[in-house]
Amino acid sequence: MTPSLRASRDASPNASPDGGGHGYSGVPRWLYLPAAVGALFVMLPLVAMLAKVNWGQFIPLVTSAASLDALGLSLRTSAASTVVCLVFGVPLAMVLARRPFRGQRLLRAFVLLPLVLPPVVGGIALLYTFGRQGLLGKTLELAGIQIAFSTTAVVLAQAFVALPFLVVSLEGALRTAGNRYETVAATLGAGPTTVLRRVTLPLVMPGLASGAVLSFARSLGEFGATLTFAGSLQGVTRTLPLEIYLQREADADAAVALSLLLVAVAVAVVGLSYRKPGRQVAA
Amino acid sequence: MTFRMTALVHGRLDADFTVAPGETVAVLGPNGAGKSTLLAVAAGLLKPDAGSARLGDKVLFERDGGKHGWVPPRWVPPHLRGVALLAQEALLFPHLSVLDNVAFAPRTAGQSRAESRETARRWLAEVDALDLAARRPGQLSGGQAQRVAVARALAAEPELLLLDEPMAALDIHGAPQLRRVLKRVLAGRSAVIVTHEVLDALMLADRIVVLEGGRIVEEGPVREVLGRPRSAFAAGLAGLNLLAGTVTAEGLLVSGFGGLSGTALSGMFDGEAAAGEPGVAAFPPSAVSVFPELPHGSPRNCLPVVITELEPHAGGIRVRAGELAADITPAASAELGLEPGMAVFFVVKSAEVQVYGA
Repeated sequence: MTPSLRASRDASPNASPDGGGHGYSGVPRWLYLPAAVGALFVMLPLVAMLAKVNWGQFIPLVTSAASLDALGLSLRTSAASTVVCLVFGVPLAMVLARRPFRGQRLLRAFVLLPLVLPPVVGGIALLYTFGRQGLLGKTLELAGIQIAFSTTAVVLAQAFVALPFLVVSLEGALRTAGNRYETVAATLGAGPTTVLRRVTLPLVMPGLASGAVLSFARSLGEFGATLTFAGSLQGVTRTLPLEIYLQREADADAAVALSLLLVAVAVAVVGLSYRKPGRQVAA
Repeated sequence: MTFRMTALVHGRLDADFTVAPGETVAVLGPNGAGKSTLLAVAAGLLKPDAGSARLGDKVLFERDGGKHGWVPPRWVPPHLRGVALLAQEALLFPHLSVLDNVAFAPRTAGQSRAESRETARRWLAEVDALDLAARRPGQLSGGQAQRVAVARALAAEPELLLLDEPMAALDIHGAPQLRRVLKRVLAGRSAVIVTHEVLDALMLADRIVVLEGGRIVEEGPVREVLGRPRSAFAAGLAGLNLLAGTVTAEGLLVSGFGGLSGTALSGMFDGEAAAGEPGVAAFPPSAVSVFPELPHGSPRNCLPVVITELEPHAGGIRVRAGELAADITPAASAELGLEPGMAVFFVVKSAEVQVYGA
């Protein structure tokens, strides 16, 4: 499972989406049938949801106080968790990509674990770490800091599940870019920090950007870990997915309208990361 | 500033290497001889197992490898060495314009953006590439990119410039132009150039170092090494046949060349070569005639050989027999019916054979 949505820049020479010539494609004709089923499987539910939207009430539904609270909270916490992912994920990806060391495979496995872990399990793990009775929580409590069931907890839950997306994306970009440019920069007199700032990061900027976008998207959709670790308090921890789940019981129309809002944000995010990279990362 | 390095990298390099101030040294040798390893160790990209290096009075590294008791190892990272490395590929930073690529080192060294660009323009002019300043690296030909890379390396004002086969990836138009540029900018600069081309050594270098199996097998001024090669590799560069053995009163007693071992050669002595000492005999392939049978008459050297290859060479045919070669005309080759596997005699006049100490 590679959460890389980067546009394939090494597209086969046959595919020429910008027009001009048709090469041999090597796709058996029967393959189109299951491919079409697959595409429908993804698109049909969205269509079904669109059909369910109560357009007359759409604006009032998504602009209710609870909805706006949830949307605002979601955007703020997702932005914060993306920052957290960048601050810790960039160094982590650098360490994993650049220098082999003992236990590297193990570390990578652990970093990627949240990708396959059920989010609710992640939430429980976080609770036993930062919760009142948790590993660090007890100490933090003494210092007067309470994390569980606060907005901070939302950010932590989101960062926990979103970090692997950034690390995987960036590690791949770093490995593709190689370290030859960094070597050249060093022999030109640039110290490691200068090299990182002026060569490495600019070179992997497309990978970094798509990793950040993916982290943001994953944070935005976070539900299980958030509910477990942060609860569902309006304006404090009740993000958009939680609000949708809550409204589904009470007011199905509102749930659908908010879902559509989330779909719109997701589409924008994917569109952003699928944009053709203006600059080629030299291999 | 003198560069002095002793480096041991197990299985790859074991060499004592010096570059005098302002001197350009050409390092030649077969593939895998340790040429690139030598540069990597000097640039600080590879930690040697043992050895030491100094550039002027600055210690670049010092590791005793456990030989002479414990000395704390010292190792200066690449960016603090004042040693720039130019590789086969230009490796211009793809996210920067040509101008900013060249301005990279001055900017890193603390110049302001405007100052560094001014410096960059000066170096671009130096390599005849000022008109490329606004371009992106992707818009350059191989030769242009390499000239810009030279400017970028020079802009770092390195005390020692290392060039790793800078012409190897260039086409027939790019290489001569870069060679001209290098001839100009390397003058009076301490530099090491790794190359396969004897022409590079002739045009750019003051001294040649021949590396084989990680060891220096021969070194000296370019004229000396090419004029009187002592190693098989240098002889190949100079386009000469070379046989090694023991100096005799008449010439050389060949040793260790397969079937030629024990053959006595007569030749002209070049300089001092005392009988009984190890020596070599060198003669150009053009001086070698090929005979199907042992010829009679004039006092000439006859070497029984087996043809290994025939190849076109400068309008004629080069007949290779192991490490020896003879250049003959196509007509002669046809008349003799030469083909690989045939046993023939390479015959060379004594007057054409130079014998000197190894």
